Amino acid sequence: MSESWREKFKMKAMEALTKRAPFGNDIDLSGFIGQAISRGTIPEDAANKALEVGIELTDKKSGIYFQLDHSVVLSQLASKIKGLELMPIDDALSRYEWLRQYYWKALSVEQDKYTATAELNRTKGYFIRALANEKVTQPVQACLFIDSEGLLQAPHNIIIAEEGSEINIVTGCTVGNRAKRAAHLGITEFYVKKNAKVIFTMIHSWGEETYVRPRTGAIVEEGGVFISNYVLIKPVRDIQSYPTAYLLGKGAKAKFNSIIYASKDSLIDLGNRIILMEEGSSGESVFKVVATGTARVYNRGQIIGQSRDTKGHLECRGMILCPTASVIAIPELIAEHSDTELSHEAAIGKLQEEQLHYIMSRGIPPDEAISILVKGFLDPGLPGLPESLQAEIRKRLFMVERGLVKGSEVKGE
Amino acid sequence: MMLEVQDLHVSVERKELLRGVNLVVDEGEVVAIMGHNASGKTTLALTLAGFPQYNITRGRIIFRGEDITFKAIHERAKAGLAIAFQSPPAIRGIKLGDMIALAGGVNPWTYKLDTGFVEGVLRKVNLEPSLYRDRELNVGFSGGERKRSELAQIFAMKPKLIILDEIDSGVDIDSLRILGGSLREYIEANRCSAIVITHHRHILQYLKPKKVHIMSNGKIVLSGTYEELIPKIESLGYEALIKGASPNE
Repeated sequence: MSESWREKFKMKAMEALTKRAPFGNDIDLSGFIGQAISRGTIPEDAANKALEVGIELTDKKSGIYFQLDHSVVLSQLASKIKGLELMPIDDALSRYEWLRQYYWKALSVEQDKYTATAELNRTKGYFIRALANEKVTQPVQACLFIDSEGLLQAPHNIIIAEEGSEINIVTGCTVGNRAKRAAHLGITEFYVKKNAKVIFTMIHSWGEETYVRPRTGAIVEEGGVFISNYVLIKPVRDIQSYPTAYLLGKGAKAKFNSIIYASKDSLIDLGNRIILMEEGSSGESVFKVVATGTARVYNRGQIIGQSRDTKGHLECRGMILCPTASVIAIPELIAEHSDTELSHEAAIGKLQEEQLHYIMSRGIPPDEAISILVKGFLDPGLPGLPESLQAEIRKRLFMVERGLVKGSEVKGE
Repeated sequence: MMLEVQDLHVSVERKELLRGVNLVVDEGEVVAIMGHNASGKTTLALTLAGFPQYNITRGRIIFRGEDITFKAIHERAKAGLAIAFQSPPAIRGIKLGDMIALAGGVNPWTYKLDTGFVEGVLRKVNLEPSLYRDRELNVGFSGGERKRSELAQIFAMKPKLIILDEIDSGVDIDSLRILGGSLREYIEANRCSAIVITHHRHILQYLKPKKVHIMSNGKIVLSGTYEELIPKIESLGYEALIKGASPNE
């Protein structure tokens, strides 16, 4: 089938190929390989790795999409699931001509060199759509897995929640044991229609040589709710992301929850922007981060109040475990209407010794006590996540700190 | 012998807070430590528990035959010494039930949790498990709930010596009865020893200490039986009682 309709995007992309992003390091993408051999099955080690990002291949309760490098190895819905569509984006674009209207609508192809490169090197991606008034609360799973050394993975995902529908998606993005150096440019567009609700949980587990530039836009219509949960636990070379939610319907809501454990020499630059465009819309962003090693974490948050009776709140809570780690909170509140109420609070500090000693007094060694406090500080309690996945995240949050900070400055050892 | 404190001197930021404390607690024995504010009672409790900001400049602490003077907090706890804090911190993100499991040596996030154990401990202090197991640790707890949360964690540790730092402060009469009753039961059933730091005799009526020590200015200045000292404290107050007595050293 002709893809001539994409030409205009490709033209724009060509022009933006060297356009730097406003935030984050400028990554030289030329060293990454756009091609990958076709894969038909999921190796066992990849299946185990996928579990780390909440993807259970054996879970057939809802739907699952699994992309290994550039190959879609799984894309299926449970037979009992009605009112939901899940398929590779290319299939969806072939099947539905109307879908072209959504392509690069929630964000711009010429935003920066990463969106441009993603368009010119598009490597699959998924399409998920909840039909009008259908409510599927069991999470659909989507996994974007890089398994080949040096790969550039650039999927383009589109999620549409039609009027009155509800959908819950868990996306896990990770690299396998064979891929040390890799780049991921994931494009994701959300369309939350009137009175629809999307709960989207993204769990990232990258490698120490992975460069990550996700680009995300969400358009939320009247009465729509967009909840985005983000979890990053393992070290990453360099990640920068700044999704934008456009609340262009009355009473639309957006909420971003981020849980970051930044270790080793990770460079993490994450934020989000919520634009309160229509009356009664509201947004909230809560960012919790624990930083250790020589990790550097930026939290950028921006809320723009453009209409009456709008409300927005930014919150950043940071804990620094090591004198060599840093957390930089950059909140921005922009009021463009007299009847908007915007607030932010940020608190960054060290681990509280009183709490540490308290936990140790129950017979718990210092490294474990730190893990408990880190877990408690970051504890997800993420809306929309099934308890089994919450428990898994808790377990990982607890495990990750163990052993990493032995010998750190804990008095009383 | 459960605990022997010999000539303990403790400083915090070069200020001497304990000036030669001597104390013996036998197995299964309950002793009370009383005294006016800032006499050194809490300093003694936290020093015994191993809090590193309390700098031991002289003396020794022998616990069950072992010198623990310079042992870390968790090592003392593992050896069987538990402390109930006067003002325990509230910690978000950690559930009381999980903390009880941890105190009992079980990690609730890596092992399948035996919820029966946690529930049993909560019931001992009259905290309904369905209401309290998932509450964040001490967050929004009343005075009495905090103290019961302390005891639940301590019972989970199965200690040999319990230090109770004003377990009765900020507690209403009903909570006091629960605290006193459950402590009495635990102490008797486990031949456990206890050091009860308090300002009031009410909790002592449940715990029936044999000995009462009165601290002043970083030292134990008067010791006697419960029957001897309590009526005197109540009639004279600490100041007059201490003035009329000669130090016990």
